[in-house]
Amino acid sequence: MDLVTPGFGLVFWTIISFLILLIVLRKLAWKPILGALSDREEGIQNALDAAEKAKLEMANLNADNERLLQEARAERETMMKEAREIKSKMISDAKEEAQAEANKTIANAQTAIESEKKAAISELKSTVATLSVDIAEKMVKGQLSDKSKQLELVNSMLNDAKLN
Amino acid sequence: MTITGIAAIGAGLAVIGAGLGIGKIGGQAMDAMARQPEIHGKIQSSALILAAFVEAVALFGVVVALLQG
Amino acid sequence: MQITTLRHLVTILFLLFSITSFSAEKSDGKDEKFDAKKMIMHHVKDAYGMHIVTLNEGSPEEKHITLPLPIILWTDNGLTTFMSSEFHHDYNGEVIVEKNGGRFVNVHEKVYQLESGASSVQYDEEHHPTNAAKPLDISITRNVFMMWVSIAILILIFSAAARRYKKSTNNLPSGIASFVEPIVVFVRDEIARPMIGETKYKKYMPYLLTVFFFIWINNIFGLIPIFNGANLTGNISFTFVLALFTFIITNLSGNRNYWKHIFWMPGVPVPIKIFLIPIEIIGIFTKPISLMIRLFANITAGHIIILALMSLIFIFESVWVSPVSVFFSLFITLIEIVVTAIQAYIFTILSALYFGMATEEAHH
Repeated sequence: MDLVTPGFGLVFWTIISFLILLIVLRKLAWKPILGALSDREEGIQNALDAAEKAKLEMANLNADNERLLQEARAERETMMKEAREIKSKMISDAKEEAQAEANKTIANAQTAIESEKKAAISELKSTVATLSVDIAEKMVKGQLSDKSKQLELVNSMLNDAKLN
Repeated sequence: MTITGIAAIGAGLAVIGAGLGIGKIGGQAMDAMARQPEIHGKIQSSALILAAFVEAVALFGVVVALLQG
Repeated sequence: MQITTLRHLVTILFLLFSITSFSAEKSDGKDEKFDAKKMIMHHVKDAYGMHIVTLNEGSPEEKHITLPLPIILWTDNGLTTFMSSEFHHDYNGEVIVEKNGGRFVNVHEKVYQLESGASSVQYDEEHHPTNAAKPLDISITRNVFMMWVSIAILILIFSAAARRYKKSTNNLPSGIASFVEPIVVFVRDEIARPMIGETKYKKYMPYLLTVFFFIWINNIFGLIPIFNGANLTGNISFTFVLALFTFIITNLSGNRNYWKHIFWMPGVPVPIKIFLIPIEIIGIFTKPISLMIRLFANITAGHIIILALMSLIFIFESVWVSPVSVFFSLFITLIEIVVTAIQAYIFTILSALYFGMATEEAHH
């Protein structure tokens, strides 16, 4: 019975001592110890966060590089393609131009030939005419001795003239 | 029988109950730990707390026995 | 180096334990038959003065080595103080000390004041004094003394640890701080945080840490034989005070939700609500009472078992029982060393659990 009855003296001293212990330890020990612990944990957390951030940035940077490389590659590709296009266009243009030039030259030549031909024909005609007149003169001079012969000649000449 | 003898029997009965209870908690906790070793720590601490609760009931009995003895 | 020192220390402590036990029992069983219950109760209960060892037992030069402690009484004539050595190790009410107009006797480590006409103590059949009354007694008993020793040691250890942190530039523990830190972190991360919750646990940390270490160190002191059973944590007055603190803190920090669960349990029909009110009100008190009883009964039971095993030698009056007794009491002592930590843990975690229940927010 005695064993399970709280005694006044010990209760009294325990209350006082425990309160003093609580206050003293709280001020002297728990505050600095818990403060140091949480400070350190905060520091570690901050460092971890920073590392994570750096890692993320690094990944971003890598992705950027990759993107840039991709872009450059694509640009090169398009440039090459353009150049190729330009080349083929230039070639075809040159071909066309040459063709046109050639056609034009041919056409000019043809017209020149035509006009030369015409000129030659007309010259030939006039030469033939003078020649004929000369021949005729000579013949006339030779034949115009008799009248019948003259007439016959005129007639035959007229017939010939029709053929032309 | 004296009052002390009865108190001793009472204490003994209280111990039987607590023994069964704590034994069951311990056994099931072991089972759980074997099944899920990854939460071993959590199971151990809650098993201890539960054992403390069971034990408290038995200790009430013991204290009553002490009061009489 | 340090480990071997520790090992020597432990060995010495065990040796001392056996010496003090023998001496105490012999002094009890000097003339009459050895009474195990009487011896055990004297060890488990509080006492005036710290009896350390008895030399030359049974011979005329018998000598008790005792640390006398002050007895402080509040009587009708005011404050009365004298040293416990004035009783000359008597606790059977034979030595009468006259101080400040009153006459005092020590009956089973309780001071009684004799009534004015009485010259010696009279007992009734249950061995209670009939002609003496107990004055208000606030003596520095051996439990109070050991409590102060433990408080001094705690303050020394933890202020030294705190200084270590202040000295270091990056808050790293060194020396005694690296011994203390894992336990503090354990109390914080395994007890306070899961039981109270991340947002509120900080407020309760000083109390939980103080209670944990206070109980633990006093549990350990109870096992150290040279202190001769300074059974502080196995004393119901001590556990009563700690449970009282937990009770007060729980109910002072109880929020609306907590009181609502006691007086108007949500989510149950009205008749059951009314039925639950008295149960919940009893529950407020049974929680700290169970805390009080658990610590007291666990530690006291441990002491009783160890002493009972030792008493077997004297009950059987045979030296051949001693190996068995020593082996079993050693075994129980080892278990008790584990129990010192477990009971401190249980008391702290249950206090934290009650604080957590008191501050829990409604979750629906």
